[in-house]
Amino acid sequence: MQLSDEQNLLRDSIARFVDDEYEFSRRQKIVAVEPGFSRAHWRRMAELGWLGATLPESHGGLGGGAAEMAIVMEQFGRRLVTSPYLVSVVMSGTALAEAGDEAQKSRWLPAIAEGRIVAFAEGEAPARHDPAFVETAARRDGAGYVLDGAKHLVPFASEAEAFLVSARTGGAQAQSAGISLFLVPAKSPGVSLKPYRTHDGARAADLVLAGVRLGGDTRVGVEGEAFGAIELALDHAAAAMCVEASGAMWAVHDQTLAYMKLRSQFGQTLGSFQALQHRIVDVYIKCQLAQSMAWDAVAALDSADPTDRARRVSAAKAHLAGAAMAVGKEGIQLHGGIAMTDDLAIGHYFKRLAAIAHTYGDGEYHMERFRRLSGLGGNTG
Amino acid sequence: MNLDTPELRAFRQEVRDFFARELPEDIRGKVAEDRMDLPKEDQRRWHDILVKKNWAVPSWPVEWGGPGWDDARQYIYEREYALADAPRHMSYGINLLGKSMMKFGTEAQKTRFLTRIRNGDDFWCQGFSEPNAGSDLASLQCKAVREGEHYVVNGSKMWTSEGHVADWIFCLVRTDGSGKKQFGITFLLIDMKSPGVEMQPIWTYDGGGREVNQTFFTDVRVPVENRLGDENQGWNIVKYLLGIERFGTAEVSRSLAMLARLKRFAAGARHRGGRLIDDPAFSRKIAEVEIELRAVELTEMRLLFGGAPAGAEASLLKLRGTEVQGRILELLYDAVGSHAQVRIGDLEAAKGVPAGPNQARHAGTAFFNYRKTLIYAGSNEIQRNIIAKAVLGLRG
Ligand SMILES: Cc1cc2nc3c(=O)[nH]c(=O)nc-3n(C[C@H](O)[C@H](O)[C@H](O)COP(=O)(O)OP(=O)(O)OC[C@H]3O[C@@H](n4cnc5c(N)ncnc54)[C@H](O)[C@@H]3O)c2cc1C
Repeated sequence: MQLSDEQNLLRDSIARFVDDEYEFSRRQKIVAVEPGFSRAHWRRMAELGWLGATLPESHGGLGGGAAEMAIVMEQFGRRLVTSPYLVSVVMSGTALAEAGDEAQKSRWLPAIAEGRIVAFAEGEAPARHDPAFVETAARRDGAGYVLDGAKHLVPFASEAEAFLVSARTGGAQAQSAGISLFLVPAKSPGVSLKPYRTHDGARAADLVLAGVRLGGDTRVGVEGEAFGAIELALDHAAAAMCVEASGAMWAVHDQTLAYMKLRSQFGQTLGSFQALQHRIVDVYIKCQLAQSMAWDAVAALDSADPTDRARRVSAAKAHLAGAAMAVGKEGIQLHGGIAMTDDLAIGHYFKRLAAIAHTYGDGEYHMERFRRLSGLGGNTG
Repeated sequence: MNLDTPELRAFRQEVRDFFARELPEDIRGKVAEDRMDLPKEDQRRWHDILVKKNWAVPSWPVEWGGPGWDDARQYIYEREYALADAPRHMSYGINLLGKSMMKFGTEAQKTRFLTRIRNGDDFWCQGFSEPNAGSDLASLQCKAVREGEHYVVNGSKMWTSEGHVADWIFCLVRTDGSGKKQFGITFLLIDMKSPGVEMQPIWTYDGGGREVNQTFFTDVRVPVENRLGDENQGWNIVKYLLGIERFGTAEVSRSLAMLARLKRFAAGARHRGGRLIDDPAFSRKIAEVEIELRAVELTEMRLLFGGAPAGAEASLLKLRGTEVQGRILELLYDAVGSHAQVRIGDLEAAKGVPAGPNQARHAGTAFFNYRKTLIYAGSNEIQRNIIAKAVLGLRG
């Protein structure tokens, strides 16, 4: 993907920002305390226009596209930045811009650009990556709805002002038809959270919905037809995670290579052992291929054809899932024992890479989705 | 080697029944979650039960209070032990030091230390590695100077596993730096309560409990009688001891237990409308790793009971065994899905337990933690070097 001069400037300023503020020990101080990201940085990102970069100009954004999102995520990946950017700007922003009505868009999109958090809450515990598996139910109640159910692993839920929740208004358990999307204010009676930390240093929560009464104006898009918007948001998330992973993988590569030039055993540097040279060369190759695939997923987000988009995103996410795990493990192994320490960054990169590989579709899910969308035999439904 | 004779079948049943009856459920539960931070009290409680049965030191001869089992019985015992989710033996004392002491120790040392190891009075840890002596162990620099009937030790040891629960540490120290690096290493037994011994935790990135430490020695006085073997000749003991360690870290039994847990989990876990184990793509991966583990298991049997004593070949068990184990844990991590992202500490917090499989809540920590097995006890790269040189006759 060819970046414009403006996009290059954006990349340089974000790179400078994360280099200044997210040196590893400073990053660890940020994730050690609640809410697991820096509110001050988050405000600054809003002021600098980064949060609104991809949102429509008509609603408080700067009208950029997928490239701007990718530029942010790649730099976040390089320095293990934790933030609600993915869940609020990328996912909720995308879904609202796609499916929201004018009132919803003009209320929430500028709010998201200002840094108020709308957490996308689609995943359920038994769904194992399938967004069509929705048990949370939305029952008609006069002009409005009553929601019951639970969502799992909602990122930074404790800081959210509202949730975008997928719920079933019709159809069978794992059917894509019959799923609707609702904007649920966090303070609604019946909404509760079970918050926890995650291995990668971030925060998340189970979101429990018990008899939550909502007005009809909280439904986003047509009743029972929200799945397209959900998939769009998830494809954005998957592509975003791919570029984040690419940034993190290059960081693993750089740190491991530097260590191999520094550390000596048997009177020579690790980098001088040919057996290890080939290993780091393979890491390098994996980083190169992963970067290509990640940016193709980003480009695919602008594709007019949803099948082409989904296929390319899934190809990238399946590829990245494998490569991210492999590079993370090699980073650990090539460092030796020192990689096991909490004080060294490398293990934390591995944990984030493992989380990325298993979030918004693991490798297996995307491989199967790619296979199906490519018409490769078997069930093509 | 036939392990399926009537006597051995009866023996296996006896062992199985004993564990089913005697292993406390709370301890078993912690082991079944692959937790590394089993409290010392739990270790001791379990060790006491084994002592009463005379099974606390299964690899030892009768002379030193062991059951005096042959290889077949030891093999069966170890297998059933792991499958029962019993906590790991305090291996540093029992297997590494105990066996080495039987071979290299004086009668006085054996009498003094072995009984205490057997009875669980002393827990031991291993002080070999240093910040700059990892794979190249023989380059170690922790120094000991002879002063009359004592050695005075100065320096530090890195990665002391279980050091914070240990009473004693067996250490490699440099007593002579003039010759080849393997010469001039002395094997000392050091009481952790000695003045000048200090220990700091090294926290690991996996988010589990305390496991490894750095140990510092400042003018620590060690009586000469606590030297194992001759001065400057410790490397011979090291070679012997590392051979034991290499065998012990193949982990086939533990891996079988983990595989059984993986299958149980996949059979119980909800996977969309059905069960995870009915997903052909996932169950195929289980099948693949099961076959891979079986290949290691059969090779271990062949090397153990094949007649010719296995030497450097054992390196292949350590390296392939730990790779397969890593794969099983990764599959469990995959199987647990999004739940594996959750950090354990918070599950126990009063905030309310998130949805998800309780028995697999340590899957993330275990997966991250066990990357260590490919690094320690001679990294897998070093094991490959050993095979290249000692088995295949290739020179570097
Ligand atoms: C959790 C944990 C517990 C441990 N417990 C103990 C303990 O209780 N007591 C103790 O004494 N030690 C312990 N160790 C230390 C362990 O034995 C060392 O970490 C190990 O020997 C590797 O040394 P190193 O970490 O210095 O890595 P290095 O030796 O620096 O190796 C770094 C990388 O280079 C590779 N490498 C090095 N030399 C070569 C070569 N010649 N050819 C090819 N590749 C090479 C290694 O395989 C590794 O991938 C523990 C380690 C860990 C992680």
